[in-house]
Amino acid sequence: MANYYQKEMECASREEMVALQNERLVAQVKHVWDNVPYYRKKMEEKGVTPDDIKGINDLHKLPFLTKDDLRDAYPYGLLGTDLKNCVRIHSTSGTTGKRVVAFYTQHDVDLWEDCCARAIVAAGGTNEDVCQVAYGYGLFTGGSGMHGGSHKVGCLTLPMSSGNTDRQLQFMTDLGATIICCTPSYAEYLAESIHERGLRDQIKLKAGIFGAEAWSEEMRHDIEKQLGIKAYDIYGLTETSGPGVAFECSEQTGMHINEDHFIAEIIDPDTLEVLPEGSQGELVFTSITKEGFPLLRYRTKDITVLSREKCSCGRTLVKMHKPMGRSDDMLIVKGVNVFPSQIEAVLLENGYPANYQIIVDRVNHSDTIEVLVEMTPEIFSDSLGRITEMEKDLVAALKAMLGIYAKVRLVEPKTIARSEGKAVRIIDKRKI
Amino acid sequence: MAIKQITVFLENRAGRLLEITQLLADNKIDLRALNIAETTDYGLLRIIADDTEKALTVLKENGAIATTTDVLAVAVPNVSGGLNTLLQVLAKANVDVSYMYSIFGHADENAYMILQLAEADEVAALLQKNGITVATAEKLGIN
Repeated sequence: MANYYQKEMECASREEMVALQNERLVAQVKHVWDNVPYYRKKMEEKGVTPDDIKGINDLHKLPFLTKDDLRDAYPYGLLGTDLKNCVRIHSTSGTTGKRVVAFYTQHDVDLWEDCCARAIVAAGGTNEDVCQVAYGYGLFTGGSGMHGGSHKVGCLTLPMSSGNTDRQLQFMTDLGATIICCTPSYAEYLAESIHERGLRDQIKLKAGIFGAEAWSEEMRHDIEKQLGIKAYDIYGLTETSGPGVAFECSEQTGMHINEDHFIAEIIDPDTLEVLPEGSQGELVFTSITKEGFPLLRYRTKDITVLSREKCSCGRTLVKMHKPMGRSDDMLIVKGVNVFPSQIEAVLLENGYPANYQIIVDRVNHSDTIEVLVEMTPEIFSDSLGRITEMEKDLVAALKAMLGIYAKVRLVEPKTIARSEGKAVRIIDKRKI
Repeated sequence: MAIKQITVFLENRAGRLLEITQLLADNKIDLRALNIAETTDYGLLRIIADDTEKALTVLKENGAIATTTDVLAVAVPNVSGGLNTLLQVLAKANVDVSYMYSIFGHADENAYMILQLAEADEVAALLQKNGITVATAEKLGIN
C-alpha cells in the first residue's frame, strides 16, 4: 500500500499540475525579472519580457543558465531576494573552479524539506522509523536536506553526518535504525564493515536512500543483497536546492520529479533545442517556487530521459531515468552517444582496471573508437589464446553497451598518462 | 623436471624489445632461449633465463608485466627425423603441446626444444620411458 507525504501534489492529475505550473512559472519569472538583474539582462538580450511568458508552453523562450553563469555571478549575482530574508546558504564542493553558493529563505528551506520528506515516505518511512542521516552536514546539502525531511516525516532522526564508521554502526545497532541516508559508496562501505564485524543479525534497516553520486543497477543489487534492504535513488543538486528534486518510489524504475517545484525539460546539448518527451538529452530545471535562489532553465549537464508512463505507485509526477552521464564528457561516435562512464562500467564488470583512455578518430570518413586498457598482473597469463579470448569478450560487451564496435587495445602498465586530479580519458583526433 | 619460463607482456612498438634485453643485459642476465608470440597490438615474449628469480624481479621492478610458466626442455637428436620421433611419442599419448621453440646453441650433441604442455612432470616421465632426454635446469645452467 503506497504512502504519500503530499498526495494532492504527488498524485495530481496532469491538468491540475499544468495549471499549477503555469501559474507558478508566471510568478517566478516576474520575481526573477524584478529581483535578479543578471538574469533580467539575459532576458533583455533575448528580447523576452515577463509578458511573453504566459505558461509552461512559453518556457522555451527563456534564456538558459549554466554553471559558468553561477560562477560569474558569484556570490550575490543570482540572489533573488534581500539578504535579510535569507536564513542559510549551501555550497557545491568546488572541485572545478570557483564555488557556487545557493541562498535559502525559511520558505525555501521548508519546501525543500517537504521534497525530502516525500522521498522518505516513498521509501516506506513513517513516524515509527529511526532515520540515520549519514550524509555530510555542513555546506553540502545532503545532510541538512534529509535531516529536515526526516523531521517532517516524524522519524526519530539520527544526525550522524558522514564518516566515523564505528560510531555509525554503534548507533545503527543500539538505536535500531530502520532507514539509512548516505552516498551509495558509503553504503557499500557500511555493508562491508557490518559483515566484517558479524553485525548483520543486529541490523534492523529496511530501506536506504542513496544519492549525490552516480551508481549503477549492479551496485543497487549488491547493496540490497548485502544489507537486506530496499535501496532507493534520490536526485538533486545544490543549485536547485539539494536532494529531493527527484526521488524513487517502490517501483524503482526512475525518479519522480517534484514538478510542483521544478519544471524539467530535455534539450539537445548541442543545438539547445527542446526535445520531445521520451528523448535522451540534457536535463534542464526551472524552479517555480524559489525566493532566495530562483534559477530559470538551469542546464544540469546530466543526460537522461523523462517518462510519463503510469507508475504503479500511483504518483503522476514525471520520472527521470538515472542520469547516464554528463553532457560535458559525452562523445558522439558514428552518430551514437558514448559516455566514458559506460565504458568504465563494462571494464569493471569484465575484470579490467578502471584506468583507460578512449581514442576517437576519423579514418576514411568513418569514425573509429579505440579503448586503451592497461594490462594487469591479475589478467595476464602465458596463454595468448586466453588473453585474446578475454579481449574478444570485452569487445562484445562494449558492443552490447554502446551499440557500436569499439576496438580494444591492451597496453603496458603506466602507459596511460596520469594527470593531477582528473584523468584524461578522451582523446578526440577527429578533424571535422 | 619442469623448468621456469618467464613470459613478458610486450606492446608492439619500435624499441620495446630492446628495452627489455637492455634491462636484462644491464643486470648480467643471460638468455638460454627466446620466443615471441605476437598479435597486431602486442606480443608475449617468452624467455628462459639463467637466473629466473633475478630476471623476474628486475622486470617487475621496471614496470613490466611478467609471469612464470612450467615448461620442459627436451633433447632432440641432431639427426634427420629427431623431432619427428619426439612428436610421435607425444601424439600417441594424446599430449597436447601449446607451443614449442628451440634453445640457443647446444648443451651436447643434441638440440633442445622448449615445450609447453599441461602435466609437465607426467609427460617428462613418459618421454624418459621412451628413451628421450629431458634436460634438468642444472644441465642448462639455470638457477
